[in-house]
Formats: sequence, C-alpha cells, structure tokens
Amino acid sequence: MTAQPSTLDTRHSSLGPPLLRVRGLCKHFPIWSKGFLRKQVGLVKAVDEVSFDLQRGETLGLVGESGSGKTTCARTILRALQPTRGEVVFDDGAGAVDLAALPEGALKPLRPKMQMIFQDPFSSLNPRMTVGQIVAEPLQIHRIAKGQELDDRVVDILRKVGLKPEHRQRYPHAFSGGQRQRIGIARTLIMRPSLVVADEAVSALDVSVQAQVINLLADLQQEFGLTYIFVAHDLSVVRHICTRVAVMYAGKVVELAPTEELFGNPRHPYTQALLSAVPNVDPDVKLRFDVSGEVADAGRLPAGCSFHPRCPRRFEPCDKETPALIPVANSPSCTACHLYRGA
Amino acid sequence: MSASASPAVPPSTLDTRHSLLIQDLRTHFFTEEGCIPAVDGVSLSVPRGKVLAIVGESGCGKSVTSFSILRLIRRPGRIVGGKILFHPRDGSPAIDIAALDEKDDLLYRVRGGYISMIFQEPMSALSPVHTVGNQICEAILLHQDVSGEEARARAIEMLRKVGIPGAERRIDQYPHELSGGMRQRVVIAMALVCNPEVLIADEPTTALDVTIQAQILKLIKDLQQEQGASVVFITHDLGVVAQIADEVAVMYLGKVVERGSVRQVLKNPQHPYTASLLKSLPGQGKPGERLPAIRGSVPSLNAIPSGCPFHPRCPEYVPGRCDVGAPPAMRLLEDGREAACLLRGAGDEGRVASEETQP
Repeated sequence: MTAQPSTLDTRHSSLGPPLLRVRGLCKHFPIWSKGFLRKQVGLVKAVDEVSFDLQRGETLGLVGESGSGKTTCARTILRALQPTRGEVVFDDGAGAVDLAALPEGALKPLRPKMQMIFQDPFSSLNPRMTVGQIVAEPLQIHRIAKGQELDDRVVDILRKVGLKPEHRQRYPHAFSGGQRQRIGIARTLIMRPSLVVADEAVSALDVSVQAQVINLLADLQQEFGLTYIFVAHDLSVVRHICTRVAVMYAGKVVELAPTEELFGNPRHPYTQALLSAVPNVDPDVKLRFDVSGEVADAGRLPAGCSFHPRCPRRFEPCDKETPALIPVANSPSCTACHLYRGA
Repeated sequence: MSASASPAVPPSTLDTRHSLLIQDLRTHFFTEEGCIPAVDGVSLSVPRGKVLAIVGESGCGKSVTSFSILRLIRRPGRIVGGKILFHPRDGSPAIDIAALDEKDDLLYRVRGGYISMIFQEPMSALSPVHTVGNQICEAILLHQDVSGEEARARAIEMLRKVGIPGAERRIDQYPHELSGGMRQRVVIAMALVCNPEVLIADEPTTALDVTIQAQILKLIKDLQQEQGASVVFITHDLGVVAQIADEVAVMYLGKVVERGSVRQVLKNPQHPYTASLLKSLPGQGKPGERLPAIRGSVPSLNAIPSGCPFHPRCPEYVPGRCDVGAPPAMRLLEDGREAACLLRGAGDEGRVASEETQP
C-alpha cells in the first residue's frame, strides 16, 4: 500500500472523480484449529492492501494465476464478501459511498448498479427457470418493473445480447454455451448497472464463440457506457479488451499499467514471467519461460516480496522488505518491486 | 480413404515411419435421439518419434478419437468401422486395435504398455484412496516382470524425472496432498513409466495455469525426445499446438478437415475453418478492434448440415456447391498437406471454383 492516491492514476485526473476508488483493501481468512477450543492458527491473506482507481468507461483487467486472489478481490469490491479492511468508494454521480463501510441493509439499493457476469454458463443459470424468468428476476427482486413494462424490458435486453424474444419460454438446457453466456449477460444488464464485474466470463467458451462474446461485451460497453472489471487468466483476451491491467500475485497487486505498456514493457519480474509463459500461435516463436515453482501459498507467505523464492532477479532486500506499489519513473506503470525503488 | 502417406509407399516403409495409422475410423453413439456420429471417417497417421496434435472445439470428436485408440469407448458408443493400426518399434506385425476382442490379452498389453494416456483432469485420473507410489507401481507391475522393490525404485526415479522435488517422500503421499501441477506430473509419470511407444495426451494442460502449463509442455517435449515416443496431443489451444506439435490435424464435427505440418497449418491455413479459427483469436490485431468471430455456433452432431458441414458458418460459402451432396473428402494440396474443402486443391471441380469464374 502506501501508494499515494494521485500516483495510482494520474492520467484521468481531468475526467472528474473515479467510479471506483479502492484503497488498502484487505480480505483475510482466519484458519481455526479443530476441536472445542478453537484457536486461530493461521491467516490467509487472500487480498492484501489492494489500491487502484477505476474511471468511468474503463475496462480494468485483473490477472494472475489461480490462487492469486483476483476473484476474491472482485467479490470483495462488490461486497459479496465482507472486506477485512480498506475503502471501496463508489461514485456513479449520485454521491460517493464507501461500500466497505456500509451496513448490509444499506447496500441493497446500490446492488443494481454493480452487477456480475459469472464464469460457468452452465451452473450460473437455474435449470428450472425459463430464460424469461431468469432475466426478469432481478427486476422483480428490486421491484423496478412489473407487468407489461417488465416484459418489454426483457424482450429489449434479449434482443440487445443477440437472442430472440421467443427464447423467453425455453429453459437453459436448450442453449449452447455461448448462448447461455448471453443469457447471463442479459440478466446482468437488465439492471442498467454502471459497474460490471466479469469473472472469467469467456474462459469456458470455445474460441469461435469466445470472439462473439468479446465483441458483444465491447458493443454493450459502448452502448450503455459500462465500466468493466475483467477478471481473467487468459492474457490475450485481457490484452484485447482492457484499457488497464492489474497483475496480482499472492493477494497483492504487483503491477498496474495501461495495457499496451504492460504487454510491451512489463516491469515486474512476475509479469515478465507470466507473459513469457503464454504460448504463441507462431511455431517459430518459442516459449522462453524458465521460472520454476508454483504460486506462493497465501496461508504461508514468504517474508519480504512473496515472489522472491521464484524470482530470477532477486537481490539483498527481497526476502526482508515487502515492496510497495509505486510509480516507475518516466512511465505510466506502477510496480511493487525493489528493482525500481528510487529509480 | 488412404492415410497421409501416398499409396505408392510400400507397407514395410510405412511401418518404420509411423507408429500409429488410423484409417477411416468411425465411432458412433447410439442414443435415444438416434445415432450420433462423434467420429466419422477419421484418417490420421502418427509419425514415429513425432508429435501429432489434434485440435478442434468442444464436440468435434478429438477426445472420442483418442479414447477409441485405447478402446475406452463405453456404451452406447461403439467403434463401427475403420482400422487403428499400431506398428511396434521392434518390427513385429501391426496390431489392429479396433479389431481386438474386449478381453484379448493383447489389448491389455497395448493399453498402458505400448500406448498410454495422460488425462485432462489429474484429480479424477488419480485414485484418491491410493498413494501416488502404489498407483505408479501398479502400472509397472502389470506390464513389467519386476519385484515390488524394483518397481518402487523405478517409480521414485520416474517421479524425479518429471520434476517432483523430494520424490522419496512424495511417493507415499496421496493425490490430495499435491498441488494441481504436481498431480499432473504424477499422471505423466504414470503414463511414461512403462516406456510407451505412443503417448496420448488428452488436454493435459487445459486445467492448469499458464506458468505451470509452460513447465508441463517442456516436460512432455523433453521426455518424448528422451524416450523417442510418438505423441498424440489433443488440445483446443492453438498456441499450445504451435509450441509442441510437428504435425497438426484440425477436426470439425467428427471429421478431419485439414492436416499438415505445424507450419503449414498455422502459418498458411487452407481450410476456411482453420483460417477463421486462427483469425478469431484475441491478441493479434489492435486492441479494442472487433474480433473477426466465426458466425453461429458448432451445430449439434445429430443435425449435421448437408454438404460441407462447415458451410453455414463459412466466410467463403458458395451456395449450390458447398451445401449439397456428400461432405467433401480430403484433397492433397500442392505443398503436401490435405484439406477437406471443395474450394481448395487440384481436384477437378475445385480448380474451377478457386479461380474467378469468368464466363
């Protein structure tokens, strides 16, 4: 943490207050011992001191390996999980509120503004409800529309995501993976949210269908002025649709940079390793990946920088001091690495 | 329906050049909704000591093909036609795996001995109630005539080879005590411990992170070269194909639509499906641009379109030609690769269509 708010995103300062301002966000899970006298025996720092700004209309990519805390981070921002510490200031023009500090009851009126698209289009749709019921349910829960208006809005949103009005009477099993993901997107967008968290929204889809859904998400962003947090492990998808990318490792953001900068000029050794592990479709571009080991266990993090046991460029302070996320001199990137300290 | 080698090659040379020859394989599933032709007339050859990648989207029949090779197809599925010829390294006569009896001793020798398999999901491929060591030793004791101690020593050596630190300790652990990447290494150790001549890898890295995937790909490649095994590598990831394969076969709706060397297929795709698939990958064009997606989705196998099965989604579709008659057969192209497209190749009508049709 300790990054000054202004350093995390200076490029957009002319655009007014950010839609989302996350500061020092932590989600820690205690581990209890077994037995009658339950003592805390450990602490999993799933999300630790995450800070960033998110501007309206932006798409922020949250990438990292499994276990890096990217999904937990996204869920904590939406208050699907109660944060341990930190601030999540949400401001969609109707006044800034700190989501992390609001009581549960006060959250409900804000929920329509923040929606989520899930990874698995097979388990995220209730098989016993028709598509019409699934898409209409959020409007009914929040008592926003009923009767003819409800019906009109369902038809309207189904058309927008590329489905047909007559699909309302069918059940999810009658649809392919790509179409189911469209149903999930319709259910998300019918609330007219300002913030959409897409958690691995295209990961389960085949390549040819994945491209269709990526195009759809881009079109809808234009049309509705959506702001996305895009959680993904597929770096080429992230490169295609995100404006900025945050790379997470063991619960911390280790690099935050505009997309082209991150892919063209990665700073953190972990980002470099991650990028080098992506196989290129050109058989003449060989994999250069040479980092051994696996993601650090969030319950038993090494001292200092969590990446240091695997890092090819570690030096003296890395196993003692935890580096903070700070801007890299003469560049739009921020990184948490001792190599760039005081540079 | 001959295999990729030209018919002029005498059978004896064929034997030494290919470990596995699949000829016109048909595996159908007989369900209440009718017959599902999951694999319909697939011909493939696996050159000895090389890696053949089979790529395609879900439902194209790539896994059914690989399961057919080891005769792992369960009812209501059945191999209804074709040959799967395995040519042992020692020059003994070829074995037609498709024709073997379910209970034939030879089938048990082939399965896990001559040919072994790495499965996609390491957690379901390993038994949760047996230690890693017992599972690897089981394979050794089944196929080799060695003592229990010898088997254990070999298992430890194999675990070390696949890069598991502390192999002596890990061998007595259960799968749940290992991470996903380590489990996949155990599955690989199990598949390679009997020194198979053919290794089938069914999406071995799909469930893994890219960093672990890179480690596993390197491991498979290294061990394959060390042991001189031939590999059938099944995947949907074209990047993985580029990194590991020598030869590529692209499948669509139960058929091979393009086959050639990895450079031919990925750098200069000829079948419109292969070309469209490559174009729709994100990360190549300018960020934010629209991706050239393939329209529609993969049709279900009980409603395969007439003519060329890809015609409803094809950007080069010619009405009245592509949508009628039998599905196009594989045609040999000038550079030695094959594609199943009416608009490609030196075929009689193909040439007419590929040129501008001027009256």
